[in-house]
Amino acid sequence: MSLLRIDHLNIEFPNRYGTKLAVNDVSLSIEPGEILGLVGESGAGKSTIGNGIVQLLSQPGRVSGGDVYLNGELISDFDDEAIRKVRGSRIGFIFQDPMTSLNPLFTVEDQLIETIQNCLGLSAEKAKQRAIELLEKVGIADPEIRIKQYPHQFSGGMRQRVVIAIALAGEPELIIADEPTTALDVSVQDQILQLIKDLCINMNVGCMLVTHDMGVIANVTDRVAVLYRGRLVEIGSTKQVLTAPKHEYTKSLISAVPIVSKRLDRFPLVEYIEAEEKGLKHIDVSTHWIGQIKKHNTTGDLLTIKYLNLSFITRDAFFKKNRRSIQATKNVTFTIKEGESFGLVGESGSGKSTIARMVAGLQQPDSGSIIFDGTELINNPDRDAVAEAHLQIQMIFQNPYSSLNSRMKINDIIAEPILFHGLAKKSDVSGIVGDLLDHVGLGRKTGLKYPHEFSGGQRQRISIARALACRPRLLICDEPTSALDVSVQAQILNLLKDLQDELGLTMLFISHDLPVIRQMCDRIAIMKKGEVLELAENKEFFEHPQNPYTRELLELMPRFEQYGQ
Amino acid sequence: MLQFLFKRLLQAAIVMLIISLLSFSIKDKLGDPLREMTGMSVSTAEREMLRKKMGLNDPFLVQYGRFVKKALHGDLGTSYFHKLPTMTVILKKLPATLELTFAATLIIIFTSIPLGVMAAIKPNHWFSKLIMAFSIIGISIPVFVTALALIYVFSVKLGWMPSFGRGETVHLFGYWDTNFLSKDGIMHIIMPAIALSSIMVPLFIRLVRAEMLEELSSEYVKFARAKGLSRTKVYFKHALKNTMLPVITVGGVQIGIMVAYTILTESVFQWPGMGFMFLEAVNRSDIPLIVAYIMFVGFLFVLVNTLVDLLYGIINPTVNLLGKGQ
Repeated sequence: MSLLRIDHLNIEFPNRYGTKLAVNDVSLSIEPGEILGLVGESGAGKSTIGNGIVQLLSQPGRVSGGDVYLNGELISDFDDEAIRKVRGSRIGFIFQDPMTSLNPLFTVEDQLIETIQNCLGLSAEKAKQRAIELLEKVGIADPEIRIKQYPHQFSGGMRQRVVIAIALAGEPELIIADEPTTALDVSVQDQILQLIKDLCINMNVGCMLVTHDMGVIANVTDRVAVLYRGRLVEIGSTKQVLTAPKHEYTKSLISAVPIVSKRLDRFPLVEYIEAEEKGLKHIDVSTHWIGQIKKHNTTGDLLTIKYLNLSFITRDAFFKKNRRSIQATKNVTFTIKEGESFGLVGESGSGKSTIARMVAGLQQPDSGSIIFDGTELINNPDRDAVAEAHLQIQMIFQNPYSSLNSRMKINDIIAEPILFHGLAKKSDVSGIVGDLLDHVGLGRKTGLKYPHEFSGGQRQRISIARALACRPRLLICDEPTSALDVSVQAQILNLLKDLQDELGLTMLFISHDLPVIRQMCDRIAIMKKGEVLELAENKEFFEHPQNPYTRELLELMPRFEQYGQ
Repeated sequence: MLQFLFKRLLQAAIVMLIISLLSFSIKDKLGDPLREMTGMSVSTAEREMLRKKMGLNDPFLVQYGRFVKKALHGDLGTSYFHKLPTMTVILKKLPATLELTFAATLIIIFTSIPLGVMAAIKPNHWFSKLIMAFSIIGISIPVFVTALALIYVFSVKLGWMPSFGRGETVHLFGYWDTNFLSKDGIMHIIMPAIALSSIMVPLFIRLVRAEMLEELSSEYVKFARAKGLSRTKVYFKHALKNTMLPVITVGGVQIGIMVAYTILTESVFQWPGMGFMFLEAVNRSDIPLIVAYIMFVGFLFVLVNTLVDLLYGIINPTVNLLGKGQ
């Protein structure tokens, strides 16, 4: 008998336009001690299944058909009170973002003990004893002291451990982990995944691991279920699905995953997922406005950064000796050649985005120098020259949902920098904006819409068009695809590569995602705690890393191609 | 903690300085104090002498400096009408106003939080819809209309409630007169307190509801439900405490405003507090009393806000007011 069996599950979300079927006739099962991966892109319905099992769907979603059995017991018919007793005690939950799934106003002790008492009905004394044991089990040092602390006093990885401890508190038979490591760094991700894997084996607990990351699937799951638009398109052993996918969607999904072992020229086209807009006007860059960038003193080195230092004050105090600060960048020095893609990798807090912000002029360093095409950008009295240089440095931000003004039409968003800097005649602007939209694959008709009408990938295309509107020579891409699905990521990265070839753009590409860096960059610098540890050519970096930290990261990264494609 | 208090004190000093400058300008530009103090028989020459002696011919800043110096010693001038130091007059009226504000605050807390939470957790219930409809009406009715309506219904027509004054008070600690220790006192304070709170309650209902809705859609509430906690615990332990954070911040400002609103309520109910006193002082052109009142209310505002910030720091552990090490 399976631990969990789902038969023909349907989940629907009624809205004012009718009813959207978020989960369509999905059947699967999980055995004790097994990890089943549930993979798919955003909107595929993978989280909805997890929530639907324990009836935690957000309003107005409802299970409209199908049965869910837990250890042979039909739980999809349970009423509110009965399903509440299943939650926590029999099915534990781990959510994506450990920063938000703990209540900031209560201590870890309080949140753990309330769960233990609720599920197991122990006395306060015994519950505390058990809470400390649990924290120890999930690998938190000094649990007696840490238990008294509030969530904000834990790091992201530690918080996720606390969340796992809470999920285990009721001694559940099944754990549903909804993107448990998406918000975490690679090295922490590896520890958390290992922890989940060990717990499942040791405690004979089944686990449903919801993720969009094929690397995670390859590393920890025993079997995989692939979802596409609410339908289960394929289910089978991890090895079979990854090496010999049967369904077309699975094939194209797998082909879109960036790999580390070799560098490809372009990402394979993923036609099944999203066909690009057809019939767009093609512009000849050499004669078009976009291609006419003023070029001067091209010496080979476009950007030179020397001894860049910046520290942030983390605790302010009246007396200097009491102040605490954190060194965001420490003597960072590197050069980017004209026309190359320079990659900056590192875990969160390593200072890579800070460098981008300083190059773009959004932040002033404490000391050091940034020279763009012969112009010093830091403390240069010639403000016009600095402004001129900054115009040629444009940035694409990580989150396409918050980097566009939602009250402005796309046309206005893209036209704004052209008009502000007076880069083209007013009468030409609307034509240029249309051409840009065509060029990034959206089509000029979309210019009349507002940002909320677009998907994440389309918005990122708008951001790219906006950056191009300044006719930049250096494009800073700060995690441009980390908020996007893997198939969309492939399209955006292809677009960036195309643009770079056509326009001769220089790119500073920042990412925590090593496979993406592998595919995108010519030279790579790795950062840790504000310092550049290693700087090498792409091939050298991935195949013969010198620095121990680089080696460690490369090793810990969930490798998708371990099954050998 | 000390650093926070020190910063707050500095801010308070700046705020008070600005208030004092404004109120002194009023004093300086409004009327001639000599006319109030001297009779008809005093000659122009004598007036001029007196004027010089009192320093009224000195430049504005010199006079202001003198005013601040005196104010620092707690001397805000002498009331023309009461012939007493203004601070003495104000402190005598203070308990009545504070008790009224306190009673109104109690009403606000015990009605707006339950009703706001109800409206948030059961948004489609008929009662929630009724609450929201009434809150709109409540916000748009001025305090004095509510007050007059209460008097008309409960005092004039039904005769259940006294319509004016504080009634019987109990003397405490040789200084404080309280309404809360006698039945008559409580009967007298109910209607003014309801009138005073009438404009704040709907506002807070809507605030509590909005914040609660926000918290209910948060990830940790979902996680708390996934842990198997009962709805009661999720709502009233996890969500409510987070809801209270912004409510407390707004509440601090609103309590200050309420002290100012007492002017209306107190004059309708003839409540012998600071607001009523202020209205009388305006009618009698008792300028020193007006100035002292403005200064004192400003001081109360700063004080209440500091206390509220401290309270916020105690509830929210991520705000490190107390300077604890991480």
